[in-house]
Amino acid sequence: MNKSIIKLENVWKVYKMGDTDVKALQGLGLDIKEGEFVAIMGPSGSGKSTAVNMIGCLDVPTKGKIFLDGHDISKLSESELAQIRGRKIGFIFQQFNLIPTMTALENVMLPMIFQGVDENKRIARAIQLLELVDLGERINHKPTELSGGQQQRVAIARALANNPEVIIADEPTGNLDSKTGTNVLEFLEKLHRKEGKTIVMVTHDANLSKIAERTEFLKDGRIVKSLSNHR
Amino acid sequence: MLKDYFKFAFGSISHRKLRSWLTMIGIFIGIAAVVALISLGQGFKQAIDKEFEKIGTDKLFITAKGGFGPPGTNAVVQITKEDLRVVRMAGGIENAAGFLLENSKVEFEDNVGFFQVQSIPKGEGRKLLAETQSLIVKEGRDLRDNDRFSVVVGINFVEKELLGKNLRLRDRIKINNKEFTIIGILGKTGDPGRDNSLFIPEDILRDVFSEPDKIDTIMVKVANVANIDTIAEKIKNDLRGFRNVKKDDEDFDVQTPEQLLGSFGDVINIVQSVLIGIAAISLLVGGIGIANTMYTAVIERTKEIGIMKSVGGRNRDILLIFIIESGMLGAIGGLIGVVLGFGLSYGVELAAKNIIGTNLIEAYFSYYLFFGALLFSFVIGAIFGVMPAKQASSLQPVEALRSK
Repeated sequence: MNKSIIKLENVWKVYKMGDTDVKALQGLGLDIKEGEFVAIMGPSGSGKSTAVNMIGCLDVPTKGKIFLDGHDISKLSESELAQIRGRKIGFIFQQFNLIPTMTALENVMLPMIFQGVDENKRIARAIQLLELVDLGERINHKPTELSGGQQQRVAIARALANNPEVIIADEPTGNLDSKTGTNVLEFLEKLHRKEGKTIVMVTHDANLSKIAERTEFLKDGRIVKSLSNHR
Repeated sequence: MLKDYFKFAFGSISHRKLRSWLTMIGIFIGIAAVVALISLGQGFKQAIDKEFEKIGTDKLFITAKGGFGPPGTNAVVQITKEDLRVVRMAGGIENAAGFLLENSKVEFEDNVGFFQVQSIPKGEGRKLLAETQSLIVKEGRDLRDNDRFSVVVGINFVEKELLGKNLRLRDRIKINNKEFTIIGILGKTGDPGRDNSLFIPEDILRDVFSEPDKIDTIMVKVANVANIDTIAEKIKNDLRGFRNVKKDDEDFDVQTPEQLLGSFGDVINIVQSVLIGIAAISLLVGGIGIANTMYTAVIERTKEIGIMKSVGGRNRDILLIFIIESGMLGAIGGLIGVVLGFGLSYGVELAAKNIIGTNLIEAYFSYYLFFGALLFSFVIGAIFGVMPAKQASSLQPVEALRSK
């Protein structure tokens, strides 16, 4: 069995909304092994996004521990988390989240800038990644000049920029039609199979989750069911 | 990495062109005003230095201190021919001469005006005056010892129609109702006061204006520049004895060009600081404009900040990106302001030369001023950007990503 890359132990996240406490996560436990493809499913409000933010080091828990590569990250400062995020994790969001004033190439280079990658290397790598997602012809286009599917592919290229160990995809096909959605999923599958990337994908679509090796069902901020998808 | 942040900043500034321009106007007006004032002030100081260089360092000037005695005492202190005699006896002096200035009615044909009339002494004194005041005749001839109702006129009388039309040699004009013949025309002296003046023999001026004794300024040329301070002290001492006044209670001044220069410089510095202070207020307003624009940018770009953080941007990266952007707003505004400021001061110099006819107002350019102003405007922009940048950098990535 592969070693664990992300491990959540009794993770709680409580938000204050006025006078009431909203418990987004209530003792969540999760263990993701290196090279695994895991889907997280659940109805809206079940805490999927909060869980994925914790896994992606975008947020810290109110209580509990999160281990990334064996190191507890729950007590790290925002800047330390940012460094880890930039190096080890690549995000793919439902809204694509590209910077509208930058070209596709510049968007893909952004994570490398924050890691201090040399300019020539950065450009070469970004072009290579954009070619990988079949956008070699559109590197100088701004997001508004690209279709939804193309934008999401730019986002995938950006997620791979620093060659992270983990790719987190939060409803990656949510804003796409089924054909382009399938296309994007095929890319994720390929990354997993060929490059051995660990992929964590949030979805509410049971059909999509079948692509993953394992599906975790979330309800009220904790895992209620775990399913292995034998292919 | 810093180079990339400058690129980001330039990208966002050019992306929001109109707003960036409006913000930069606030800075460039302030910088233009400050640069123009410094440039003109420095230029003025240099021009005055040059004037004093022309006078030479071997001269002393003796003038009456304005008499501010209590009523009933001799309220108007005067220097007289007697004082000049005392000065001449001080020793170490090559030459000494005095002159008087009167404001007088001047008539030519049907035209009347009021102008300054200066006396010209006889003999060696005339040379001394010509040397210190740059009085060089360019047409006709100089005054001579036996001249009586002859006048030498400043250049503006033959170029600027000061008396209805331009005067010529041998024209007859009336000064204080006495007729004089023009025998000489001066070249440009660079001092608009002198270019507008008339010069007549001293004894005639004393008759026409009934001033038998008074002298306005005594000029002294010392034999050896090295002794100038000792000679000045000696003259002071002699005059104190003659005029019967105590030390530190003198009713006259003995000044070297350097002292005159110093007191001029002080006045210019004070005026300049006040004006620059006022101009600096507009810089403050410009800075607040930058802060305002940057706060708006932080709110507008909350999502962008979230994206940057999600792909590995640390708090200090975000802080730096925003400070550089606001610094650049300041620096670009500053660049326009510096260019405008120098343009303005060259314009003022041109206007002063052509309209007033003075060489004293000239623009001064230096790379220190140029780059200093540029750096200063960058710093102003950056300082006013610190608070908005802090706000941007402290945003929580999850919250920032959620914003629309």
